[in-house]
Amino acid sequence: MHGATLELDDIQHILLTRAPAVTGRYEFLSFRNPAGGRAWLSAILEKVHSAKAMRDSVAKDKRWVSVAFTSNGLRALGVDGTSLATFPEEFKQGMVARAEILGDSGANHPKNWVDNTASPDLHAIVILFAKDPAERGRCESEHKQLIAQCKGVEVLSSLDLEAVPPLGYPHDHFGYRDRLSEPAIEGSGDEPRPGFGGSVKAGEFILGYPDEDGPPANLPQPEILSRNGSYMAYRRLQEHVGAFRDFLRQNGETPEEQELVAAKLMGRWRSGAPLVLAPHKDDPELGADIQRTNDFNYKEMDPHGYAVPLGAHIRRMNPRDTAANMNRRRMIRRGAPYGAHLPEGAPEDGKERGIAAFVICASLVRQFEFAQNVWINDKNFHELGNERDPIIGNQDGTLEFKIPKRPIRKKITGLPAFTTVRGGAYFFLPGLKALRYLAALGTAT
Amino acid sequence: MTDSSKQTDWTKPAAMAIPKGGFFKDKVEQGRYGPIFPKSPACYGFTLIAKVIPGREENLYEYARNLEKAVAKQPDVLAVLKLHYLRWQIFQIKGESYFQYQGIFDTDFDKYTEDAVTIFSATGISTSFENLEGFPKDWKTNPSSFVKFVRDHHCPSFLEYGEYPYVSAREIKKALKLKAAFSEALDQMQ
Repeated sequence: MHGATLELDDIQHILLTRAPAVTGRYEFLSFRNPAGGRAWLSAILEKVHSAKAMRDSVAKDKRWVSVAFTSNGLRALGVDGTSLATFPEEFKQGMVARAEILGDSGANHPKNWVDNTASPDLHAIVILFAKDPAERGRCESEHKQLIAQCKGVEVLSSLDLEAVPPLGYPHDHFGYRDRLSEPAIEGSGDEPRPGFGGSVKAGEFILGYPDEDGPPANLPQPEILSRNGSYMAYRRLQEHVGAFRDFLRQNGETPEEQELVAAKLMGRWRSGAPLVLAPHKDDPELGADIQRTNDFNYKEMDPHGYAVPLGAHIRRMNPRDTAANMNRRRMIRRGAPYGAHLPEGAPEDGKERGIAAFVICASLVRQFEFAQNVWINDKNFHELGNERDPIIGNQDGTLEFKIPKRPIRKKITGLPAFTTVRGGAYFFLPGLKALRYLAALGTAT
Repeated sequence: MTDSSKQTDWTKPAAMAIPKGGFFKDKVEQGRYGPIFPKSPACYGFTLIAKVIPGREENLYEYARNLEKAVAKQPDVLAVLKLHYLRWQIFQIKGESYFQYQGIFDTDFDKYTEDAVTIFSATGISTSFENLEGFPKDWKTNPSSFVKFVRDHHCPSFLEYGEYPYVSAREIKKALKLKAAFSEALDQMQ
């Protein structure tokens, strides 16, 4: 059996590393012709960094590429039915078929998605992260040329990514600091930061390694295809910045009160400082200190939610010591904001802006779908009765958000939707050897 | 995604007639591992009936003693299942032993399937299932096979009643704590 030493030269970089990019682009592809799809893959796979290659040359590189495939995409490349049948049910069904489980109803329903990701013709995604806009432009035109040479390869849609000004660190359009939670994977070389409860077994994220429950089981076949691979749930989440700022103004009379309301929804101040450690006043220095931003628990430090409301976003996404088997529910998050920044004080301009993110895990049903179904969209999470995640839950204006407070709590009713799902899909993110295996399908026969 | 609209007046006892098969056809909620049985005034629950592998009855009695010890040692060992009650029975049909396992709890089983499998494994509840005919050998690594066994052997209710409908175990415990706190307050006033 394989040991726990990670094959860093075979694992796609996006799984283990964050590219120092300020911009990027996703392209969603369809293969009308298997040979054309494989020709595209043969060419693009030369550009895909492994985790090792990325780390070795991060200082001089200017762009980082990842590729992943839907179940239909694997079939379109020529993966046979016997092999496809060994992939997990939820991956084969795809995100659209799982909409009800994920809470994608109403405005979030796949029929409203804007980028063709709900189409069964979606076969692949190519993810580009670039150091600057010029490099992105160069890569974009180079990729355009490649596609023109590959018969039957079509771009269904694309999305340009852009870091949001004006703060000097990664944040979303609402102004919340991003990239705060990152599980450390055993064997990756990353040290777990305080508050994470140690590192997590590699098999929770990468196929072919022991997970928190034991040796790998039920891996898709053949092994060369699944080994060092993972699954990615893509979510294009529009952020309604105007509605968010209106809400803060309606629920707070002073800027300080408004800032506190924003913090209560998230469980952290927008600076990243957690309310458990900074309950009354923002502490930007704490927010920026990755050794301290996660060093807290709920059971002892905030059992009733006086600091972080029981239904706040971070309490749902990571209940820490108030949930069982947390290490079986961990996820890696990647992605970036898209769309133009809406300056403070400017009225809503109706343009789409948001976060286009990936959740990476070894089991979509056990990790991503569990989080969507039980943590984000369960109205009765922590017996709250009539709430969903205030930031990314499916909100239709009928739900509430309760802020525990002495002597009596504050209850906000008719919470508006601050986000809307505008696209999404399940992808398989193969290892580099698996990419070569896929590119060579059909040549042996 | 629990529907809280059903959480009505706890002072008003309620009964619910459930269609054949256990589901209300027009509003079946999809869980991660398949359709979810509806919540009734008696909360969520299951009734699992399966044949005991001949000669294994004694294992079940031993398992009962083990679970008693496990809960005594760690009272919150089953907390994640959000239970009210669990009941186990062995009964005979034509000289053969059958097993019935009934649970009443506040969250649909599918929601915490993987946690349940882990807990069943840790507490030995699983060991009791291993004495039943048809229990999947790969249940530890394959939650969907475990769920399938439970579904295949679940005998859904056609009628359920709650004297205090939809009230969760946590609410009941909170009420009792409050009563104790008031009692303590009255003592302090003497």
